[in-house]
Amino acid sequence: MNAKILIAGFGGQGILFAGKFLVYAGMIGGAEVSWLPSYGPEMRGGTANCSVIFSDSPIGSPIVDTPDILVAMNLPSLDKFEPTVRPGGQLFIDSALITRPANRSDIETHYIPATRLAEELGLQGLANMIMIGRVLEKTGLCPPDIVTAAMKKVVPERKKALLDKNLEAIETGRKA
Amino acid sequence: MSEKVLMKGNEAIAEAAIRAGCRHFFGYPITPQTEVAAYMARRMPKVDGLYLQAESEIAAINMVLGASAAGVRAMTSSSSPGIALKSEGLSYLAGCDLPALVVNVQRGGPGLGGIQPSQSDYFQATRGAGHGDFHLLVLAPNSIQEMVDLTYLAFELADRYRVTAMLLADGILGQMMEPVSLPDPAAADLPPKDWAVTGTGGKRLHNIVNSLYLKPEDLEATNLARYEKYAVIQRREARHEAFLLDDADIVVAAYGASARIAKNAILAARAEGIRAGLLRPVTLWPFPKAAFAQAAKTARAFVTVEMSMGQMIEDVELSVRCAKPVTLCSRVGGMVPAPEQILESIRQAAGGAK
Repeated sequence: MNAKILIAGFGGQGILFAGKFLVYAGMIGGAEVSWLPSYGPEMRGGTANCSVIFSDSPIGSPIVDTPDILVAMNLPSLDKFEPTVRPGGQLFIDSALITRPANRSDIETHYIPATRLAEELGLQGLANMIMIGRVLEKTGLCPPDIVTAAMKKVVPERKKALLDKNLEAIETGRKA
Repeated sequence: MSEKVLMKGNEAIAEAAIRAGCRHFFGYPITPQTEVAAYMARRMPKVDGLYLQAESEIAAINMVLGASAAGVRAMTSSSSPGIALKSEGLSYLAGCDLPALVVNVQRGGPGLGGIQPSQSDYFQATRGAGHGDFHLLVLAPNSIQEMVDLTYLAFELADRYRVTAMLLADGILGQMMEPVSLPDPAAADLPPKDWAVTGTGGKRLHNIVNSLYLKPEDLEATNLARYEKYAVIQRREARHEAFLLDDADIVVAAYGASARIAKNAILAARAEGIRAGLLRPVTLWPFPKAAFAQAAKTARAFVTVEMSMGQMIEDVELSVRCAKPVTLCSRVGGMVPAPEQILESIRQAAGGAK
């Protein structure tokens, strides 16, 4: 599996956490992986993003300039990164927060009202994982049997309630 | 081989230092290396070690000097402007011939600069770490695994030669995560620290750790002895990685994060029929001069890729004795060269697009 993934949104939406889950899933699945966050003052209330790479061969640059998969969770992120998606790539938009459609016609776009679904289903703060659930469903990035193992790496066992909620969010995204 | 875990580069350095037996860390926060200190603050108390946040970078490096003089493995970490503040202490460490580990997770400069990745402290690390004639032993990791392996090596070489080692990383390597395994460091046969000031118990003459010599004859002698030691280090400890180098017409020279990006460009160049390869210095001092001199025999041109205005390029030119053209591909100020930019530089060096 080769995939360059960019996840972008506001600080506080769990952008970096979503990336961490993916990178663990990739590692458990046997891929070469890397994770690189944006860092600095822009994270405090501003935009946050992270680059995740899955590769069959050792990874050179950990920076994702031309994502195969872009997850956009706010409008500034969509405006900034939509033009960078590789032609033929996939774009996942949180349509509860972003009201405009995608401009690109040479990529496949998926609209998921993740933030609204999270609120309706009692999964507050887990719109990120609903988005990731949809990404997994549409891209086959990681087989379902790895999801729980990867989640256990990023959510400690002592927070089992959170573990279940995160898994529920992934499942919600898969079916959204 | 221990199980692979995902860690940030900064955390991997800290964990590796603890596994290497370091129990004395003196820090001061600065982006993008703060996770080193944060990890140490969390872990050191659990291994009966000392984490101390000093009142300044200058205080921290002098605490390292004191701890090292007492014979323990000691370290500090910072980022570019913070390392500049440590200059005095680095020079005193050299003058006292003390082992220590100093980590620089570089950010853009000069001045306060910015917080994004940079490699513009190459001169500072390899030439101008402080006043007087001395060198740091400078190691430049380009993966999280190397951040572990070179931390182990840095402590070992520092103790073996009684020199201060620097791990020169950058914001990308400090912040990124990739799988890493943390085996315990291999046992090394190191000389005893019989010079350390540990108390005589009334049974021997006291040791003196000092860098002040008012008689010029004495001071000259310490300098000459130190440079004999440096000559041994240059002979024995230069390290590099070669990637697709054997048949390379165009040799890309890059270290750290730049070398990772350069690999993407080299593979793209190969796909276009340009025989490009990478010569990556792992030690920046001593610089792997022999490897570059060897490559210059068969290469047509060199391209250095640096997140600086051109610093390592001087060592490349010196090493190849200007026998082949050397050009610079760079971004600065926290900007990172894209593979396409490096590919274009490779094409230019190869004589235009093929």
